[in-house]
Amino acid sequence: MSFASRVPSFTPARPEEILKPAKPWFVVLTLVLAFLANTLPTTGVALALKPDFVALTLLYWCIQAPRYVGVGVSWTLGLVMDVVDATLFGQHALAYAALAYGAEYFRRRVLRFPLWQQAVQVAVLLGACALLVLLVRMIGGAPLPRWTYAVPPIVGALLWPPLTVVLQWPQRPTRSSSTF
Amino acid sequence: MRPIPAEPPPFFRRGPSALARVTFFGLASIVLLFVDARFRYLEDVRQAAGAILFPLQRLVRVPGEALDSVAAYFASKRDLERENERLRSELIAQSPAAQGYVPARDENARLKALVDLKATHAEGSTVVQVLYTGRDPFAQKVFVSRGREAGLVPGSAVIDEHGVVGQLTRVHPTMSEVTLVTDKDHAVPVKVERSGVRSVLYGAGTGRAPELRFTPPSADIRVGDRLVTSGLDGTYPPGRPGHPQRSRRCARIRCAPLRRSGHARRAPRARARRAHEGARRGVDRTVAAGEVSAAVPSRPPGRPRCPAPRGAVGGGGGSQGRPREGAARRMIAAPSAASLGEALP
Repeated sequence: MSFASRVPSFTPARPEEILKPAKPWFVVLTLVLAFLANTLPTTGVALALKPDFVALTLLYWCIQAPRYVGVGVSWTLGLVMDVVDATLFGQHALAYAALAYGAEYFRRRVLRFPLWQQAVQVAVLLGACALLVLLVRMIGGAPLPRWTYAVPPIVGALLWPPLTVVLQWPQRPTRSSSTF
Repeated sequence: MRPIPAEPPPFFRRGPSALARVTFFGLASIVLLFVDARFRYLEDVRQAAGAILFPLQRLVRVPGEALDSVAAYFASKRDLERENERLRSELIAQSPAAQGYVPARDENARLKALVDLKATHAEGSTVVQVLYTGRDPFAQKVFVSRGREAGLVPGSAVIDEHGVVGQLTRVHPTMSEVTLVTDKDHAVPVKVERSGVRSVLYGAGTGRAPELRFTPPSADIRVGDRLVTSGLDGTYPPGRPGHPQRSRRCARIRCAPLRRSGHARRAPRARARRAHEGARRGVDRTVAAGEVSAAVPSRPPGRPRCPAPRGAVGGGGGSQGRPREGAARRMIAAPSAASLGEALP
């Protein structure tokens, strides 16, 4: 992250920094933006690469602000995605609920690692989420998807470090960021 | 000594444990999945939620559309000239058929009046535009503008300038969901234009070419043959789809979408193979606008005993993926043919 080092306030929080609690409106705003990003019309390669922004943002808030975002919120947002994607009711909901549970289970451990190592664990969580969806669809009689099915979770994991930097930015303590 | 209170202080109270919650919501999801897949009880809920969400989605597309229109404004002169030339040659190629249409239609109307036959195709169609493609990699679906407000009904056939695209499966207040003919197990009754062999074209899912099932090995089908819908289902109006190809190894007949009929006639074999390979290896879910097959103006029924529209279309949709969204992509949603029973003498 050479570009980030040149912009002092846009770096990941150092371990000794204590983040302020997230504002509820900020959590809601980011989730709405993630939803809009998911529904952006894309096609071709962009569509094959596009990660599930809602899952990614949910995962972040499940880890950082479990008091606001947990299994219930994730499940509800999953239902919303089911409507938008015209998938079976409960498909995204099940996946997001499982993702939220995974985040809750792993959250204390995940936060101890540097960002790129967190990204590896996020890849595992997103991959498990995609596998769950695959399982549901296979039971429903869908054909086996091609290998490109594995791409969005990986792209999502690669987006984890920049997403973390952006999402934790408003929570950074002002005093310590001014000392840079 | 005071006993330690059994209840934790309020700070630690967080409701049921995460495991309990995920079990509850997981079971709820499975029940929902089952109810939605088996009984389709939840369509009203979906409609209501869609009515709230879709305006929001429209909003997202505004910047992109603005950018598109700016880009279109600055399209290079050479591109425009080339397109102009192509359109002109297409116009010339199609004008004989178009000029023959009006007399043929009038004659048909007279003949129909003679034998007192009811029209099998409802008149009128609605021009729709592809808004976006679904993110679901398991289904071949696109979402189009216009919905119930334009009088669309589920089950209507969707065609574009090349052929059948699919069928409206859900109609929301202001938008609709189109299931493409390449969707898994989406069936279109077709016949081979040259030999009249009837078959059913089944979609095979994302990235796979649709295939003809239930066709005897001895059937008269050759590589490069053109399929047209047989109209037996009373849904699809006439048009033209792809070139079937028989793979000798597994006795499967796979179909490729029709791009340009002129090219196809000149080199059917080579093209069919290329399209087939492209479909197999292809970047799934990417389809250029031209890769959906070609439509023909709908033809009324020929014989009184055969009320379904003959002619017809099968497999557009683009076996390699989906139509691209954007201003240039316009399709038509036509109400399906009136019920076959009504038309039968």
